[in-house]
Amino acid sequence: MATMTVQIAGSPDGMPLRIKLQQVERWRKLKAFTLVLPLLLFILVAFVLPIGRMMFNAIHDETLLTLMPQTSAALSVWDGKDLPDERVYAALAKDLKQAWAQKITGMIAKRINYELPGAGGQVTSSARKAITLSAGPYKAALIEISPLWGQRDVWSLLKRGHSAYTAYYLLRSVDYQYGPESQIVASPPESAFFRNVFLRTLGISISVTAATLLLGFPVAYLLATLPPKTSNLLMIMIVLPFWTSLLVRTTAWVVLLQDHGIVNDVLMALHVTSQPVELIFNRVGTMVAMTHIQLPFTLLPIYSVMKTIPTTHVRAARSLGAGPFYAFWKVYFPQTLPGVAAGCLLTFILCLGYYVTPELVGGATDQMVGHFVALYTNEDLNWGMASALGAILLTATLLLYYVFNKLVGVDRLKMG
Amino acid sequence: MPDAKNAFVKFSDIQKTYDGETLVVKNLNLEIPRGEFLTMLGPSGSGKTTTLMMLAGFEVPTQGTILLEGRSIDNMPPHKRDIGMVFQNYALFPHMTVEENLVFPLKVRKLGKAEIEAKIKRVLDMVRLGAHGKRRPGQLSGGQQQRVALARALVFDPKLVLMDEPLGALDKQLREQMQLEIKHIHENLGVTVVYVTHDQGEALTMSDRIAVFNDGVVQQVAAPAELYERPQNAFVAQFVGENNQLRGKVAAMNGETCKVEIPGAADVQALAVNVEVVGRPTVLSLRPERVKLNPAPGSFPNVFSARVAEVIYLGDHVRVRASVCGHDDFVIKLPNSEGIVQLESGTVITIGWKTEDCRALDAS
Repeated sequence: MATMTVQIAGSPDGMPLRIKLQQVERWRKLKAFTLVLPLLLFILVAFVLPIGRMMFNAIHDETLLTLMPQTSAALSVWDGKDLPDERVYAALAKDLKQAWAQKITGMIAKRINYELPGAGGQVTSSARKAITLSAGPYKAALIEISPLWGQRDVWSLLKRGHSAYTAYYLLRSVDYQYGPESQIVASPPESAFFRNVFLRTLGISISVTAATLLLGFPVAYLLATLPPKTSNLLMIMIVLPFWTSLLVRTTAWVVLLQDHGIVNDVLMALHVTSQPVELIFNRVGTMVAMTHIQLPFTLLPIYSVMKTIPTTHVRAARSLGAGPFYAFWKVYFPQTLPGVAAGCLLTFILCLGYYVTPELVGGATDQMVGHFVALYTNEDLNWGMASALGAILLTATLLLYYVFNKLVGVDRLKMG
Repeated sequence: MPDAKNAFVKFSDIQKTYDGETLVVKNLNLEIPRGEFLTMLGPSGSGKTTTLMMLAGFEVPTQGTILLEGRSIDNMPPHKRDIGMVFQNYALFPHMTVEENLVFPLKVRKLGKAEIEAKIKRVLDMVRLGAHGKRRPGQLSGGQQQRVALARALVFDPKLVLMDEPLGALDKQLREQMQLEIKHIHENLGVTVVYVTHDQGEALTMSDRIAVFNDGVVQQVAAPAELYERPQNAFVAQFVGENNQLRGKVAAMNGETCKVEIPGAADVQALAVNVEVVGRPTVLSLRPERVKLNPAPGSFPNVFSARVAEVIYLGDHVRVRASVCGHDDFVIKLPNSEGIVQLESGTVITIGWKTEDCRALDAS
């Protein structure tokens, strides 16, 4: 017993074993970390930081604060009830003159136009005319130049611009906006379509996931049970789409499904239909193309789980008196669930971000969130909106993942 | 041999091929009476598991008929055969608890709730797992999983229970304990058991009768003692128990016995089991424990000198590897009952054996 204690308490050189172990462990961990470091840095620099910066755009906008500094400052004491006093109008005139001189009126006009559609033009013309104003009183003069400055909502907007942070883009993304008194109101019907877009994205993703599951599950079963020679061939056919570019695959569907494409020609030749069926540039085309692309993502995790289920399980069930279907349903199928869940989660999350495919084979009413993110980023150059839509999609995805994790448990998933 | 009328299971002219070229089972004829514990023993690839799977209904015989209680079961799907089965890796359903596993065959049979509960309790007590009903198979040890598999195969009172190397994954001690447990359960329930194993010790311990398979053919069907004492051919002699083989040629037939000429050594008197013609090659089979050291002169018809090559001390007995009649791998088993035998390699000793312990078999 005495020797035992000595052995545990210290090593020959008198250093406690626990500390020695820590040293060894630390060295081992350091080595492991060094292996991960390059990828970690890459992801941090090329992925996490840009996305973080982009997300930040959803709530951060200092256009008005920096381009109209004096008006913003003057408005900080405005109570928001009546029109601001002469001091503020003087600041506005100064800012407009300065903006005109620096040729940045367009940026201010664009920002104001987001929240007050049509006001942008008046801002530009006000700035052009404001350079002629040499002395006050500015209030009456500016209202004279444009009735815009006699409205309270533009002043509310400018006062909100005093803060570099705004909830406007996020509100817009879920069909709300600021009213004349900075209160939150529903967007007018003609611009309230984002909730629909999100629901559509969700609907298409769920439908595509369900379709890939229905189509993929039997094939996965066949793959897992066939002898290796045959199943390898089948496997190649399944992963073949991975070897062709997404664009090629998608345009191939255009060729197949268009009005005088192969499918319609065959249907008409067989007299199934007398005129071409609309198969593309609508929901059907979107669903078909997306299901085709997503099929391997759903199928492969299911297959890899099925591979691990011993054939003896179904045999045991049969020997215990269960018919073929009962044995499958009660013994085999429940064991595939970790794979089914993993495959469906993968496909569902990938579907949420689809952009190219609906763009090419979908109609105007089939565009998903990705389309609008691209639209705002590339064409409207309204990065605030693009960021807000992206942020909401990302949050929704993480939320769904969290719920899924609570229900199924991600540690039970088998990705491959 | 049981007569055909009361055979519980009867394999009649069974052949099985997977590829249409080689037969995995060649012309099998086997009858199993009700209540018997029959073991199919053989090396891997000998056709024993295929035979079991045909009986269970997972493989279809290429030719021949299997009768269960006198009725052909050729066209009966597995779930209608009412045969309990214990698989090699237990095949317990991992997503169900022990109880759910046991309830499965009863639910399929649409038994009442009270009856199901009574049966579950009885079978769990039988395998001494009463406290583990709510656990999942993954939380049990190998031996416990084995017991659950056994209980599941028995819980619905099947007519016949098949076991496919059920103890293969257990360690030696647990395996021996389970062998006895299964044997006792069989004795208590009186159920017919067909057991497949490649472990001859297991087969000898548990079985009423053993069918030795090799190369798709049943080599011998006999009770354990019969099989060990009187193997009918060289394969059985070699596969069941330890065995010294001496190769030679039949020199003379003498009724029940014969004289066998070993090249480069003296003639051996042996029991003529599987030899008929003088001049044919034969293999003599001799159990290591039947060889006596330093026999009294004249007490044995076969007395030879042997050069000790190796002495291995094994506690209850000493194994001596020696060179006898030109065969270097001749093993002698000496019991440790009369004190440790003092032998060293290189020593020349005298050994002897009886005529009836030395069986002249086919020279396969």
